[in-house]
Amino acid sequence: MLGFLQQPVMVTAEVNLNMVALTAVGLLSRLWQLAYPRAVVFDEVYYGQYISFYMKRIFFLDGSGPPFGHMLLALGGYLGGFDGNFLWNRIGAEYSSNVPVWSLRLLPALSGALSVPMAYEIVWELGFSHCAATGAALLLLIENALITQSRLMLLESVLIFFNLLAVLSYLKFCNSQKHRPFSPRWWFWLVLTGVACSCAVGIKYVGVFTYLLVLGVAAVHAWHVIGDQTLSNVRVLCHLLARAAALVVLPVLVYLLFFYIHLLLLCRSGPHDQIMSSAFQASLEGGLARVTQGQPLEVAFGSQVTLKNVFGQPVPCWLHSHQSTYPMIYENGRGSSHQQQVTCYPFKDVNNWWIVKDPGRHQLVVNNPPRPVRHGDVVQLVHGMTTRLLNTHDVAAPLSPHAQEVSCYIDYNISMPPQNLWRLDIVNRESDTDVWKTILSEVRFVHVNTSAILKLSGVPLPDWGFRQLEVVGEKLFRGYHESTVWNVEEHRYGRSQEQKERELELHSPTQVDIGRNLSFMARFSELQWRMLTVRSDDSEHKYSSTPLDWVMLDTNIAYWLHPRTSAQIHLLGNVVIWASASLATLVYALLFIWYLLRRRRRVCDLPEDRWLRWVLAGALCAGGWAVNYLPFFLMEKTLFLYHYLPALTFQILLLPVVLEHISDHLCRSQLQRSLFTALVVAWFTSACHVSNMLRPLTYGDRSLSPSELKALRWKDSWDILIRKY
Amino acid sequence: MLCATSRLLAAREASALPAHPRGRAPAPRSRRRELHFPGHPELPPGDFLVGRFTKPSVPTGRRVILRKGRMPPAAGGGLAGSELRPRRGRCGSQAARAAGRDVATEAATARSPKRPALPSSRRFEAAGRWALLALVTLTSFASRFHRLDQPPHICWDETHFGKMGSYYINRTFFFDVHPPLGKMLIGLAGYLSGYDGTFLFQKPGDNYEHHSYMGMRGFCAFLGSMLIPLAYLTVLELSRSLSAALLTAALLTFDTGCLTLSQYILLDPILMFFIMAAMLSMVKYNSCANRPFSAPWWFWLSLTGVNLAGALGVKFVGLFIILQVGWNTLSDLWHLFGDLSLSMVTLGKHLTARILCLIVLPLALYIATYAVHFMVLNKSGPGDGFFSSAFQARLSGNNLHNASIPEHLAYGSVITVKNLRMAIGYLHSHRHFYPEGVGARQQQVTTYLHKDYNNLWIIKKHNSNSDPLDPSLPVEFVRHGDIIRLEHKETSRNLHSHYHEAPLTRKHYQVTGYGINGSGDSNDFWRIEVINRKFGNRIKVLRSRIRLIHLITGCVLGSSGKVLPKWGWEQMEVTCTPYLKETLSSIWNVEDHINPKLPNISLEVLQPSFPEIMLESHMVMIRGNNGLKPKDNEFTSKPWHWPINFQGLRFSGANDTDFRVYLLGNPVVWWLNLLSIALYVLSASVFAVAVQRGAHLPVEVEGLSQVLLRGGGQLLFGWMMHYFPFFLMGRVLYFHHYFPAMLFSSMLTGLLWDTLLRLCAWSLASYPLAKCVHVLGILSLLLGTAYSFYLFHPLAYGMVGPLAQDPRSPMAGLRWLESWDF
Repeated sequence: MLGFLQQPVMVTAEVNLNMVALTAVGLLSRLWQLAYPRAVVFDEVYYGQYISFYMKRIFFLDGSGPPFGHMLLALGGYLGGFDGNFLWNRIGAEYSSNVPVWSLRLLPALSGALSVPMAYEIVWELGFSHCAATGAALLLLIENALITQSRLMLLESVLIFFNLLAVLSYLKFCNSQKHRPFSPRWWFWLVLTGVACSCAVGIKYVGVFTYLLVLGVAAVHAWHVIGDQTLSNVRVLCHLLARAAALVVLPVLVYLLFFYIHLLLLCRSGPHDQIMSSAFQASLEGGLARVTQGQPLEVAFGSQVTLKNVFGQPVPCWLHSHQSTYPMIYENGRGSSHQQQVTCYPFKDVNNWWIVKDPGRHQLVVNNPPRPVRHGDVVQLVHGMTTRLLNTHDVAAPLSPHAQEVSCYIDYNISMPPQNLWRLDIVNRESDTDVWKTILSEVRFVHVNTSAILKLSGVPLPDWGFRQLEVVGEKLFRGYHESTVWNVEEHRYGRSQEQKERELELHSPTQVDIGRNLSFMARFSELQWRMLTVRSDDSEHKYSSTPLDWVMLDTNIAYWLHPRTSAQIHLLGNVVIWASASLATLVYALLFIWYLLRRRRRVCDLPEDRWLRWVLAGALCAGGWAVNYLPFFLMEKTLFLYHYLPALTFQILLLPVVLEHISDHLCRSQLQRSLFTALVVAWFTSACHVSNMLRPLTYGDRSLSPSELKALRWKDSWDILIRKY
Repeated sequence: MLCATSRLLAAREASALPAHPRGRAPAPRSRRRELHFPGHPELPPGDFLVGRFTKPSVPTGRRVILRKGRMPPAAGGGLAGSELRPRRGRCGSQAARAAGRDVATEAATARSPKRPALPSSRRFEAAGRWALLALVTLTSFASRFHRLDQPPHICWDETHFGKMGSYYINRTFFFDVHPPLGKMLIGLAGYLSGYDGTFLFQKPGDNYEHHSYMGMRGFCAFLGSMLIPLAYLTVLELSRSLSAALLTAALLTFDTGCLTLSQYILLDPILMFFIMAAMLSMVKYNSCANRPFSAPWWFWLSLTGVNLAGALGVKFVGLFIILQVGWNTLSDLWHLFGDLSLSMVTLGKHLTARILCLIVLPLALYIATYAVHFMVLNKSGPGDGFFSSAFQARLSGNNLHNASIPEHLAYGSVITVKNLRMAIGYLHSHRHFYPEGVGARQQQVTTYLHKDYNNLWIIKKHNSNSDPLDPSLPVEFVRHGDIIRLEHKETSRNLHSHYHEAPLTRKHYQVTGYGINGSGDSNDFWRIEVINRKFGNRIKVLRSRIRLIHLITGCVLGSSGKVLPKWGWEQMEVTCTPYLKETLSSIWNVEDHINPKLPNISLEVLQPSFPEIMLESHMVMIRGNNGLKPKDNEFTSKPWHWPINFQGLRFSGANDTDFRVYLLGNPVVWWLNLLSIALYVLSASVFAVAVQRGAHLPVEVEGLSQVLLRGGGQLLFGWMMHYFPFFLMGRVLYFHHYFPAMLFSSMLTGLLWDTLLRLCAWSLASYPLAKCVHVLGILSLLLGTAYSFYLFHPLAYGMVGPLAQDPRSPMAGLRWLESWDF
């Protein structure tokens, strides 16, 4: 007893001072004067809006990426006690005192800082020396573009952090696979790989490329596990299942979790509601929910409804009509029926109300009990304010001559009979006896006489149509398209017999209360789909660039200019590092092909383990560069220099790998090796020097004179702002 | 062919990232040796089926040993098969291939296994093979030529391609987004069959009347019919199994979609013909791999090249088969490269042969088609406007043809300036002001597509107003980098820009006409720059691509391509863009050039060289293709619709009274194809994993799995190559784009079901019914597709009467998907 007293209490700790030092300088470089400039810098103007929405819990839709990144930024705002009250409208606007700039910028800066020691770890885990690992970390540390990007409220540095984390944890997992599979450590890194991948995808869609790369490498490794005949079949199956669960299922779940939290947080209606379906809007607090709560669910004969087009392109709009008629003769000489116009109108208006009428009866009120309208029923639609019937006929539509004109029928006694019967086709019904439900049912109106379908063509009418959108009867195509589908948004049972009374009734708001909730999966899939399909106006931008400009840094982006002095922040990389990293990639590719060909002829220049290490480093670093860079050639959106940063990070990791390889394997004599080392040192010094020279443009802390600025303009294509006095 | 995947395996072994390298390095190598069994020469490669059929009661486990021990006498056929083409040299896979072939021969004779092997039976067999091929070809021709003349009016895209055929006959220049070969062939077919090019091909539904259209349709139908024998031979070569080939042929013959697409004047049958011919020659050439540099080897290799050129020359999607052949060639070379018995010189020869036949030859042929194209089309026509001014000078009938103008731009010249972007037109101004509220109230500057006096501008020095046409002064040429002023000839106002937003594109600056009689202010000064030229060079008419940079604001003159409202006469907006990127909309060239002081030269001198024409026409085609964007609110076909046969295309007619033809795949065939792809992926991965786990498959299963993995792998790869790229395309897509992929998927189906049935029959070998399984399976598949064709044939051959939703229609009950509208 008391044996433990006989032994001293020992704590043995190994501290890699390299790592500590790197973390420290990383933090220093990224956090130094973080709250400067106290003004909106470049894309902060976008991300800031979303942060404000989160703070106010207002729903928004951003097509540029999944919500995790925005949520992380908003977390910074939450921790700093931001109330969301700031108008993000102009780059360069001063922040008001309620904006916690430091804490808003903290998370990206921390991610940027931690990328530095992670680079060290990755190169070390790839099996290269501490020297190479330190080199990689130092290069990331002094890369000006990465510093700039991580010191602001932007997402690239966070994306890079998770990309690196995914690669690092996969490497750790791989290395523990050799020693102790299924140990806690093994599980930890495997799960972390999956989580990091899905975080990367959750920040920007381009994260998916790194995810695919990791999946690809994991698949190759798994294939080797299958081929390992020392393992039993059950063991192999366990290996495969563990990988599938951690690298496929888990990321999907985590990704869904982001959306779950996102939708949980954003529960109030806001300016982007209109893009979503009525059902989605009704699930948000305020907005449409306030209008539609308590509407009767089932549309009956005599119901007053507004009909919203489900497609909502180019803008969400409602079926509309008004007193004006189609012009007798269009500009191009074609004629029209001269009947009342039917359009689609993007604003709420009393002229959007229609009454569902039973063709066999004259009443425009709902019976007691209400007689619901079902799939396949033939109805007439009466325009509420003009009591004319929705009609289509064999007259060419004003702007889409292949389709039929849709009008509200006026009888001119010119042998043009009314053709105003429409068969109701509920698209998302479950059975043929389904009832037409408000908000939930998506319906098509099939014209009984001509089997044309009521469709929003989306073309704005000329001035005679008040620039509202054209609605046509599409007769050629019977396939499914959202522009032919409509849903009831506002609904009430009509009670008034007289037209005057009815007009009053139409003007009055609907009320009564029933809650209506969509399931999470339905909301998720709708939101995700809209985010992917929402069209950002691909306007040209002064600083947009093409992927070819990125490799040798032929372009830059001016982020911010001090309102008075010429202190300015640019996204501008360290040219030496960019150029040498691109060169290293080229050297790697050439050496790799050379070795590969020679191995094929049974000439092994490298020992087997060195070769495997070399291949793995290439697959992750050069591969990481390629998957993060090449897809941009296929993208049609506006591209900026910062899109290249994830690829650049991987390329920088490759640089020390190639240098160490050259020094170890290609320098034959000691002399050559010393020479090469001297060269590398000289090169690194010049990189540091360049970094230091560009520092004023990175931090924006010092105002340079015009001549100094001109001296910094090393390439003609760089756009450095010089004030004219 | 069988070599390919083993090469892939080898490649993977070399380049992969194994976690445990040392432990398992030798494993795949020994495995490969097993595959090719050079170590077991006594093993009769093909007799296992016979062995099994004659001794069905042998338990599975012992079968292999038994066969090694003693050879059943009835194995003669199999042995003879391997004697027929003895295994040679190093290509071990030849043995496996022979094994595969014998599976086929045996299957053909398996119905009477007891019959002793006679030498004459081989002759019968060969005759039988030829007869079968003839039968397949005949059926396919019969099905394609049946009712070819119906309907006697223009169907669907015939209106384009028939018209383009006529253009060749009339030698008028036109523009199309596809390369010329297909349309040239159509034109040739029309010419040879006596069509005179006078039919207008205005719109679908127009009657052909007395014009001879059968030649063109017949040509397409001929190539369309050839698809089936080509597919048959390809599958036969890949699987060595007659039944697989037969099944493939039946699937394609009885597919209403392929049939419809082959019966009209379209590019698709021509394209598919070249794709399939390239595939077949590649497969044949792979089979000759053991006899490099022999005559058949050269023949098939160069034929592959010819067909590749053909495929690319018809449509740009021919690129996919080029990629497939390229991949195959690379893996082939990789395999050869790893063969240490070959010297570097031999390898060099191999490489050179492939470069010659697969790169140089196709390229030469491709360029030759363009040479013919430009030679034939020498008259001005509807396509002129798409091309640059210099190009138009080639065409007789165009106003630039045989014109003569001064070559270099000089001060005082009267010029017209044309935008390089398609369909933008000439820089234009007229005596109308921008309306109130639209920038400064100055004279409008627009672009205008037609030739007009208001397009004329005088080029002047920025600082002197002296008349440069004064004969006493020397001629002064405009040089790159000069500061100039452009004066509108009719209104004497200068081209001007300033910091006001442009009428439509808010981020750009407004461009106006300003000043009186040529005197304005410093906002009228523009720097003229030539793209890719040195400072100080003269500027050439027509050929120099110039930019006009506004001196004060630094913006670039361009056209946004947006149409102005009525006040601008619906001409196009001209702006000055502050973004200095070189886009076509901000690049111009000088077209007309009048200067009495300069000697005129004939435009012949300025004519672009052939490489320039090639480059330009490709740029225009690519831009045209990219311009085919789907509009909002329009029904567009999505790639995922295609394999499930979601929706067809109306070729002719829409109402009950019309003669209707509807392009839709035979659903039975298509859904079987879809199922087969899933099944293939499943079974192939089972085999691949089994091999990777080091399982020892019985020899016959091994042979079948090789057919499945290698032959099937090629076909699956072909399907993917011809399908997945469409997901990345931004242009508008149609259902018929899927048909090349569908050919590959049908071949895969044939090969897969044959192999699976054989496997099934093999595993049931102990039961008495086992031998029928294969035969019955194949027969039922054949009959099933034939019956479905009987049901759906009106889709292709034409229907009249009520639509399918009407119960009185002959097609009633066949509308299995609501999205089909026939």
